[in-house]
Amino acid sequence: MILVERKKSISKKEIEHIAWLARIEISKKELELFSKQLNDILAYFAKIDEVDTENIPPSYHVLDLVNVFRKDNVKPSLPEEIFQIAPQTKEKFVKAPRMA
Amino acid sequence: MSRYAELPAYEIVERIKAHEIKAEDYIASLYERIKRIEKDVHAYITLTEDLALKKAREIDKKIEKGEKTGRLCGAGIAIKDNICMKGVRTTCASPMLEKFIPPYNATVVKRIEDEDGIILGKANMDEFAMGSSTEYSYFGTTHNPWDLKRVPGGSSGGSAAAIASSTASLALGSDTGGSIRCPASFCLVVGLKPTYGLVSRFGLIAYANSLEQIGPITKDVRDCALLLSCITSHDPLDSTSVDKPQEDYTKYLMDDINGIRIGVIKEFFGEGTQDSVAKGVWDAILKLEELGANYQEISLKNLHYALPSYYIIAMSEASSNLARYDGLRYGYRIPDKSYDWSTVYSKDRRFGFGFEVKRRIILGTFALSAGYYNEYYLKAQKIRTLIKRDFEMAFKRFDVLIGPTMPILPFKIGEKVQDPLEMYMCDVDTVPANLVGIPSISIPCGFSLGLPIGLQMMVPPFREGLLLRVAFSFQRNFPTLARLGNYE
Repeated sequence: MILVERKKSISKKEIEHIAWLARIEISKKELELFSKQLNDILAYFAKIDEVDTENIPPSYHVLDLVNVFRKDNVKPSLPEEIFQIAPQTKEKFVKAPRMA
Repeated sequence: MSRYAELPAYEIVERIKAHEIKAEDYIASLYERIKRIEKDVHAYITLTEDLALKKAREIDKKIEKGEKTGRLCGAGIAIKDNICMKGVRTTCASPMLEKFIPPYNATVVKRIEDEDGIILGKANMDEFAMGSSTEYSYFGTTHNPWDLKRVPGGSSGGSAAAIASSTASLALGSDTGGSIRCPASFCLVVGLKPTYGLVSRFGLIAYANSLEQIGPITKDVRDCALLLSCITSHDPLDSTSVDKPQEDYTKYLMDDINGIRIGVIKEFFGEGTQDSVAKGVWDAILKLEELGANYQEISLKNLHYALPSYYIIAMSEASSNLARYDGLRYGYRIPDKSYDWSTVYSKDRRFGFGFEVKRRIILGTFALSAGYYNEYYLKAQKIRTLIKRDFEMAFKRFDVLIGPTMPILPFKIGEKVQDPLEMYMCDVDTVPANLVGIPSISIPCGFSLGLPIGLQMMVPPFREGLLLRVAFSFQRNFPTLARLGNYE
């Protein structure tokens, strides 16, 4: 589905596929709207191609922190009230839809 | 009592501690003011009046008994609605979290309560902090107190509008690409994005983790230093929080910037910057020179690429962060029970997210997907390194880097909302500080056509003290350019 070749625009079909990967159902109207907007934005993003980044390491993070550990102590878990914010529950469980 | 609303928070705290004002009377007067003004400004999503008045009475009792009180004693504070407050709904201005009641407090909320600050309510914002105008709020836009037909900036627009309209004495916002500084600039108030890692983000609903920070939005620089001193702390609950001793930033507030080296960033005055904004900022730079600072222009050549790099990174992180909203444990869930897992998940997100959030998740998913990862996400992170190096070089020559906060004056409501790219362009001068992780402040520096102009200043990591000192000196010497928001 997704091509490895370089391209700076996405088709409606691709948008639908990506939206599915992101688990967002989109309406026909949204697809029309997004198609133009997302391609405008991608065209603007193409500006970064001007920069030579050969041999430049990425900065995933601005701090030099790596692997912050904590002691493995037992702590109380969340209170039972958290079930009150779950949309659907059964006894002391959160109710999920069936797997396809 | 209403006249107290316009005092800076540090004065309110002093007067409450000195038995001159009762916290309950002051808080009650703020709510009276909120009831009068909110229909025009709409700075809040949720008010916590009963809790606030109860807390005010507790503080008054403490003072009567002569007990020790905290540094924010009695001050009324607005909290951006992406910061969790136990038992109070925290919506992120999204239908997804319309009914979400957090079972815990954000660390900053706990810190404020420990210092006897009083939380007035949850402030309006762009949905999931994605936007620069607060127009993307599910609960309706906030209006700029200086001109109700204009936007207050975003995404922390409610927090800034509450300060500008004196319906809160202090406020907290969050800043991923300018979301504290943009509304501070548009509303003529002070907004500070601290160094990445200085303030705990535990309980801040995540949008783009490698970029965002919580910070103060206040009437003046002293209030900013006060609130920052109260919220910084090492927090084991946030693994990116930095283990540094706590500081009292008010001790840096000296009226002395003699010999300070200021670098004026040329790229911040480039195409798209309104002349009136450039003029207002240049006037401020000359005023700093009058106070003894030296300035020179400097070019940071990779800054042209900051905005697209920022958006690629922010959207990528957002697509990963917001994957958690499946409508199972909390959040919006479609009522129909007949669908399978993926369909429910997709429909929850169709109806639970607004357009801008969906656009960013979809583009972020695209930028991280196989085949595109290298040319978008990885490339943007490499450019981030180059921008970081540009700043490191610049800070060898300069103490402070300076420019406009926003390239434009506050725009009219509805003007940019249909064109996402045009909205992104507003962030061109604010995103570099997030990419690099450095502190950045926006302070008022004047008006054009009756609309506020903000001056942005940046310093190396953890030099908030210096930043506040320069801001304080400017405000002290040119108070008319930096006058308090005064709605009505």
